[in-house]
Amino acid sequence: MTPDLQVERVVKRFGGHTAVQALSFEVARGSFFSILGPSGCGKTTLLRMVAGFTAPDEGEIVIGGRSMRGVAPNRRPVNMVFQHLALFPMMSVGENVAYGLTQRGVARAEITRRVGQMLERVGLGGAQAKRVDQLSGGQKQRVAIARSLVLEPTLLLLDEPLGALDLKLREHMKVELKQLQAAFGTTFVYITHDQSEALVLSDRVAVMNHGRFEQVGSPQALYYEPQTPFVAGFVGANNRFAGRVTAAATERVTLTSDSGLVLHARPSGPLAVGDAAEAFIRPEVAGLARDEAELPADQPRYRGTVESLLFDGANSAVLLREAISRIEIRIALPQTGRFADLRVGEEVAFGFDPQRAVCFASAPP
Amino acid sequence: MIAESHRGTMQARLLLLLLLAPALLWLVGLIVLPHVELALLSLRVRVAPRVYELSLRQFGTFFEEPLYWHTFVRTAVMSIVATACTLLLAFPIAWTIAKLVRGRRRALLFMLCMIPFWVSETVRTLGWTILLRESGVLPALLVQAGLAPVPPELLYHDATILVGLVYTSLLFMVVPLIGALESLDDSLIEAAYNLGGSGPSILRRIVIPHAAPGIVAGCIVVFMLTLGNYLTPTLLGGKNSLWFTEQIYTQFITRFNWEQGAAFGFLLLALSTLIVWLGLRASGQRFGDVMRRP
Repeated sequence: MTPDLQVERVVKRFGGHTAVQALSFEVARGSFFSILGPSGCGKTTLLRMVAGFTAPDEGEIVIGGRSMRGVAPNRRPVNMVFQHLALFPMMSVGENVAYGLTQRGVARAEITRRVGQMLERVGLGGAQAKRVDQLSGGQKQRVAIARSLVLEPTLLLLDEPLGALDLKLREHMKVELKQLQAAFGTTFVYITHDQSEALVLSDRVAVMNHGRFEQVGSPQALYYEPQTPFVAGFVGANNRFAGRVTAAATERVTLTSDSGLVLHARPSGPLAVGDAAEAFIRPEVAGLARDEAELPADQPRYRGTVESLLFDGANSAVLLREAISRIEIRIALPQTGRFADLRVGEEVAFGFDPQRAVCFASAPP
Repeated sequence: MIAESHRGTMQARLLLLLLLAPALLWLVGLIVLPHVELALLSLRVRVAPRVYELSLRQFGTFFEEPLYWHTFVRTAVMSIVATACTLLLAFPIAWTIAKLVRGRRRALLFMLCMIPFWVSETVRTLGWTILLRESGVLPALLVQAGLAPVPPELLYHDATILVGLVYTSLLFMVVPLIGALESLDDSLIEAAYNLGGSGPSILRRIVIPHAAPGIVAGCIVVFMLTLGNYLTPTLLGGKNSLWFTEQIYTQFITRFNWEQGAAFGFLLLALSTLIVWLGLRASGQRFGDVMRRP
């Protein structure tokens, strides 16, 4: 089966700046593919090239097995949900959804039938006559998706459609988007700078930085097995320690930070003694104890002072200052409520499994 | 407490009144009072020296004399044509300034639209006569290019009057159009294009509906300016111009028949009001919305 989207060595330059650097990837039919990256990483440029608003300087974009070279945006089998949705305020909901079909010259009775059906499927049955400004944020998003999907595109592009919503609605719309994608089975290409959106929604995620993909994989792979320091730092919360390798084995390296903290981690890629390196430890990997003896005996233990308590329900954490190096480290609080009475200034012990911490060679400056 | 806050609102009202005073004086002194006087003038007729009677005779004369209402209808039709031409010409200019260029080039383009208005209307219009008269620049060029055997007279045609009127009105159409087009979100155009829309259909279904209040505002201003213009039709059309404001001028200044001139003035006011109302009805816009836009 040919993938719905094939991007082959696509390059885009703006003046002297290269926004997209020789990028290649494929998106399988029916999957939910996300491109995750900080603002300015080139993800919007990439999406606009797929939609046809910008032409690539080099390379080829193939959609549904057909090369898109020289094909105008209004002739591509691609539809897009814009960042601010871009619903037509001068038209009713029904007219918005009917717009594309009207442009294709579909018979009027057929348009009425398909618009009704599509609105029914997105849970807005009978809303044809409503004005766009009468809808809630979530309903607007559903109209924007309905307006695109009624054309049965090979590919639906979504440009941070949740960015403008408030947190509560965003959480709700995430679930709704995932369900809509599953129900329609259309291939979604979604761009976002919000890692939680990318992790929750996607079958596969590409992490983009400076016009390149750092890593492409399942959300689990990105989270548990980051391939580059950028991915480790960008996806999920992480503690980062920079230093030099002081001992190296195939399964475990020892890193000594500039301030004297010694820690062990699993190496990612070849590392030799003396190399500049950085280690990442996720907040939930480290264990916390009032008494050092409670921590597993086969793991290195550290002591620290509570700097501040960051209560955030299930994501609550504590900021510790390590006793020797004075380095700050973030550790997740267990959900058992065992540390509910923890106070700022208290001294505690912590440790972690070196196999769940990862160490990379530092990128050359 | 209550008395104090009452005094506060009184003070605020007084301040508002003072701020509005110049505008109110202007409206009452220069618009309302003269029109009351003109209304009285238009409705009286002289029966003997210094003896006047209430009468509709001036209005009767207008309908009995074909030249008058012929000029009246001609002025209206020409003004509508001039407004339409101005809109067609101003739209691409406004689109370019509002959507296609940025920064310095945009300021430059806007200034190019403004520059002709730094010169007085009289000088500007005389500039056209220098270009277009028989011994002028353009006829000479036409002869040189072999397009005409003798220098043609380009002045004193209806087309010449239209050119002059469109030129004079262009800025008043461009400004509200820029305002209306600037507020159109580019992503709406991209979205329409993405959904399979073509250029003309996007113009018809997205751009024009969005810009409608600006278009109507510009048309109203240009239409009123054109209908009430005196200088341009007279200078470029000469005796052939047959512009209604000329008839009013003749009655007041040449014939010294103020009663007839006043009646004509009111007929012109009624005409412009009627056509603006019809225009608003036809375009489905409300006067309040249109005036709020620019």
